[in-house]
Amino acid sequence: MNELVKAFETRKKEAKKAKYLKVKQNYKHAVDVPKGLYEKCPKCKETVNMTHMKKTLFTCKHCNEHFRMRAVDRIRLTVDSGSFVEKGLGFITLNPLFNEGYDEKIKSYQERTKLDEAYIYGYGEILGNPCVIGVMDSYFLMGSMGSVVGEKVTKSFEYAIYKQLPIIIFTASGGARMQEGIFSLMQMAKTSAAVKQHSNQGLLYISVLTHPTTGGVTASFATLGDIILAEPGALIGFAGPRVIEQTINETLPEGFQRSEFLLEKGFIDQIVDRKEMKQTLSQLLHYHKKVMG
Amino acid sequence: MNILDKERKLKSLLTQLETMEDDILIVSIKQKIEDYKHTAMTNLTAWDRVLLARHQNRPTAKDYINYMCDSFIELHGDRLYRDDGSIIGGIGEIDGIVVTIIAEQKGKTVDENITRNFAMPHPEGYRKALRLMQQAEKFNRPIVTLIDTPGAYPGIGAEERGQGEAIAKNLYEMSHLKVPIIALVIGEGGSGGALALGVADQILMLENAIYSILSPEGYASILWKDASKASAAAESMKLTSYDLEELSIIDGIIKEPIGGAHYNPTQTFEKTKQTIIKELLALKSIKQSDLLQKRYQKYRKIGFFQRFNYDNLGGIKR
Repeated sequence: MNELVKAFETRKKEAKKAKYLKVKQNYKHAVDVPKGLYEKCPKCKETVNMTHMKKTLFTCKHCNEHFRMRAVDRIRLTVDSGSFVEKGLGFITLNPLFNEGYDEKIKSYQERTKLDEAYIYGYGEILGNPCVIGVMDSYFLMGSMGSVVGEKVTKSFEYAIYKQLPIIIFTASGGARMQEGIFSLMQMAKTSAAVKQHSNQGLLYISVLTHPTTGGVTASFATLGDIILAEPGALIGFAGPRVIEQTINETLPEGFQRSEFLLEKGFIDQIVDRKEMKQTLSQLLHYHKKVMG
Repeated sequence: MNILDKERKLKSLLTQLETMEDDILIVSIKQKIEDYKHTAMTNLTAWDRVLLARHQNRPTAKDYINYMCDSFIELHGDRLYRDDGSIIGGIGEIDGIVVTIIAEQKGKTVDENITRNFAMPHPEGYRKALRLMQQAEKFNRPIVTLIDTPGAYPGIGAEERGQGEAIAKNLYEMSHLKVPIIALVIGEGGSGGALALGVADQILMLENAIYSILSPEGYASILWKDASKASAAAESMKLTSYDLEELSIIDGIIKEPIGGAHYNPTQTFEKTKQTIIKELLALKSIKQSDLLQKRYQKYRKIGFFQRFNYDNLGGIKR
């Protein structure tokens, strides 16, 4: 009898331990800096409690710095709970240029992020307003756009056309995926053409630029939204800051290529704080609701 | 030994020929030169083609336009900010067909290269191109674009004026322009800077032109952290005309003379002209709605991946 109790106790302990580990693991990739329970915010250097990240919407409570977040968390925070249905499953990334180590890289990212590629999309409702929502995950190979991401982005627009729904895309990407060469480049043309098809149907496309959105994604569907929103402090641009610095041989001014800079130059409609994002999106969707008949 | 070394050797043979007076020797040297051309200067590696595409003497867009067009009137400016020298555009007549031509222009001298910005366009260049293309649509003129750029210019001004947005707008509008578009890569087709003029019904390439997502140097330094491996990168990137035709990214190749276009420019221009006339006539006979549908499908099907059939599943709740 005693032994049974003992075994039960150890099992309980193990389960508790596993749960703790799981929590820790979950947050391992949640933010730029995470490792322990408390981490320093990269901007204001204050300590941030990582376990409360979900409550604070992955922002620093001291300086309101918006941390990067995973695609799944983004969907949870944006869409009404229980309404999201993921579409476009079963894609397998291949290695067209036979790049050494690319297959292993993809595999390790798939294990780490629990995603099959850097983009997920599906049907969702935002405060009751139906839409198609797509999110890029910058933790998957910097959210770079290869054949599969390009195909899924195109598919999400086609799905939105089929359902006659507005589409919202949260972009976070380093650009086109170098490992897939010319195929990645052509995805820019493919996705842009898909946006045009969607637009021709008189449907709404809202693109939300989050940190970081650069390269081939900026130069295709990210900047083609009817309405372009951005999160505060996000890096948005075509060429990366390092490339520009090397080309012109001088250091760049503070705040260059940040969302505030782009707002000033007239390339985005509004900077929206993460706390107000859901409200703003639902408002915009409401304005564009199609009246039947 | 890359193509430039071979060129130097050929040149030394040719100078030998000039100083020669003995008839028998001249014949033998001439034979030697021909042999050398046919053995060493064919079967080029990818890196050789990169070097040829960037070759200093390679004909630029203006040379092609001057030869192909009976007349050409250049049009300037994007009506928003300024005129970008790296992109030239205008209306020309090719064998009786009036077309809008848009081209990325490299310079031949240092001074010209500065005004042309080494054929690296700013956003205003792309906006000028779009303005002229929409004008062509209005007057139902086919469009021919000549691509020759290392890439879009990465600079402060370019970012301030929305380089990404300018390229995206071109891709977006070109996918739905109601007139036939032919894109021809005549030299370097570098990344988004090339693609912004490259959404077309027919994508053609000169034999020794290249078309890639970034320079081989950039590829090697990003993926292998070593820019000196550029020649190896060029081999694996599939950037030559033959590779791209095999991957069905492009639709046709225009052959160049042995050693590259600069060995016999007129021959290259003539071949290019004939090919473009042929394609223009073919595209003109296609109905407009079919043309647009075909263009969309052309890009729609580009991609290298596999998919399980998940249709019965209907989706996953997260």
